[in-house]
Amino acid sequence: MLNLANYQSIGAALKDALDLFADETCLIEADREREKERITYRDFQRRAHPLAKALQDAGFQPGHYAAIIMTNQATWLISAYAIFFAGGVLVPLDFKLTPTEHWQLLQHSGVTTLVTEFPIWRQLASSAARAEAANLHTVLVTEAPPNAELSGAVRWEEFRAEAAPVFVPRTRRDPATIVYSSGTGGRPKGCVMTHENYLEQCVALTSLYPFAPGFRYLSILPTNHAIDFMVGFFGPFICGATVVHLRTLRPEFVREAFTKYKITYVSLVPLVLKNLQKGLQARFDELPSGKRRVFHALVAINKAFTKTHPRLGLSRLLLKQVHDNFGGELRAIIVGGAFTEPQTLQFFYDLGIPVANGYGLTEAGTAITVNDLHPFRADSVGKPLPGMEVRIVDPDPDGIGQVTVRSKTVMSGYLNEPELTAETIVDGWLMTGDLGRFDRDGHLQLFGRKKNMIVTEEGKNIYPEDIEAVFDSLPVKEFCVFAANYIWPQRSMVGEQLILVIHLEPGQPFTEDLRRDITMRNARLLNYKRIHGILVFDEDFPRTASLKIKRNILAERLAHFDRGTVVQPL
Amino acid sequence: MRTIEQTTQEILELASKHFNVPAGTLAPDDDFFRKLGIDSLQTLELLSRLENHFGIELPDYEVQGVSDFRTLASRIQSRL
Repeated sequence: MLNLANYQSIGAALKDALDLFADETCLIEADREREKERITYRDFQRRAHPLAKALQDAGFQPGHYAAIIMTNQATWLISAYAIFFAGGVLVPLDFKLTPTEHWQLLQHSGVTTLVTEFPIWRQLASSAARAEAANLHTVLVTEAPPNAELSGAVRWEEFRAEAAPVFVPRTRRDPATIVYSSGTGGRPKGCVMTHENYLEQCVALTSLYPFAPGFRYLSILPTNHAIDFMVGFFGPFICGATVVHLRTLRPEFVREAFTKYKITYVSLVPLVLKNLQKGLQARFDELPSGKRRVFHALVAINKAFTKTHPRLGLSRLLLKQVHDNFGGELRAIIVGGAFTEPQTLQFFYDLGIPVANGYGLTEAGTAITVNDLHPFRADSVGKPLPGMEVRIVDPDPDGIGQVTVRSKTVMSGYLNEPELTAETIVDGWLMTGDLGRFDRDGHLQLFGRKKNMIVTEEGKNIYPEDIEAVFDSLPVKEFCVFAANYIWPQRSMVGEQLILVIHLEPGQPFTEDLRRDITMRNARLLNYKRIHGILVFDEDFPRTASLKIKRNILAERLAHFDRGTVVQPL
Repeated sequence: MRTIEQTTQEILELASKHFNVPAGTLAPDDDFFRKLGIDSLQTLELLSRLENHFGIELPDYEVQGVSDFRTLASRIQSRL
């Protein structure tokens, strides 16, 4: 592993890693059961440098912003490296957003360059919102069919210049990326992450979960997500490990990848982990009673021997068949993006498969706490990572208060949002909006949120203001979307739902037509963004002088009602 | 060659069978997440079934953002 203390930027560290590990396999690309290619760190460099030079020749300047909208694949990482090499700021966007949302964020970040896949570009180019991104002048598309209409884009594969590019150094304080933690509807929250944020986070994470040449990371979470960017790109690269990309995430091909590529680490969202648990449990339940008894005995032995810390070798021996299903070399499953239920974590640990459970948010530079497995604890999100100062402020009589963080990994602020930044980072402390408490062993336990948002099991952060546009012109006096837990705190991090609060015009009845209208509008939202209930409120919403809804005051008023009685399920 | 109506019908039948929903209760414009009560992972399983049934490969990006049977049918039809 490179000593990151000696580096100023992601680009500089990656540049040396490509030289140091030149002969190691850097990427494996597979599409279904077919392996498309394997490339070494040397190959990676040979593909990235001509791209970096072509970017520079096209006028890409240090500090310019370049976005990537792609599914996980080699070209994502090659393009990102070329952007860093040229001193650019990377804007990784979620490929699952709609074209309108993409254009909004491209415009908000002021990107000059976009790298994307042809099918995504086809939709973007035909979107009415296209004119919004005025600064965008270079669009590179991958894998466009031979006679495809490129709508002003250039083929990524042909965008190359053979002369050596000039490496542009950056300092630790310079922005490296803009990562949107939310804000596709309301106020975009573009987290400005510095090179230092990544360098420090990488040191902290790899101290607990190290990579090395020969380790293989299965990259399933989207690379635009802070977790995969760190453990599916920067982390493994500076250690000479291999990243495996799959072009389809159908469960049968993901399962096959574990055994075929003998995966060392994988990151999953809780939903997928729970699904894996369900599948395994069903198989255990189908065992004939004799075999099942033996299996349970082996699990009990494994539990007894791994009480204080994992013993991978022993677990693989005792529960060989289970481990063989995961390729036999899995060291840990990293779970993130949302809260994971303790019984799921315990299920895997009992099988000898440690789950690196933690807690973090993009604004903090990914992870704040991680379970160090010494001993494994399913009931907590672990201890603060090295370099993280975590404090609980305004605790209630039970010791539960807002989690705040101070660290070199905390973002420098929200792009173009000084007020929002000042509300979020106070005296150097990041206000997470999450509620927690430390136990006597220094483990953090979470108890819900103070902020008006939900996180789905798929790791999606949904802010009510981001989805309200779909209800614009709803024939009611006024409306507002809330996270139900924001109004009625549940001290829980699971099963969060959004509700729509409507205030009808005087004398207006709540009709079936109105319910149908709401249902139809709701269906226009992506499934995980939908509201689950309606609350009819018969008072004027409190508003500011500029007529914005005072959400916190409204929530306080709504809290007097009984949730089960007033919220009509949709 | 199937017509789009036939393709849609076959998708509805397959989805009913796979998720144990009474035949005839699904309609082309139904939102399959809602009607079948499934998540994105189960949708991927359904897609694999559909691929086997129609003998095609449907890249994940082709079904990105699709949530009703009619649109799904048109994406499949274009690859038949």
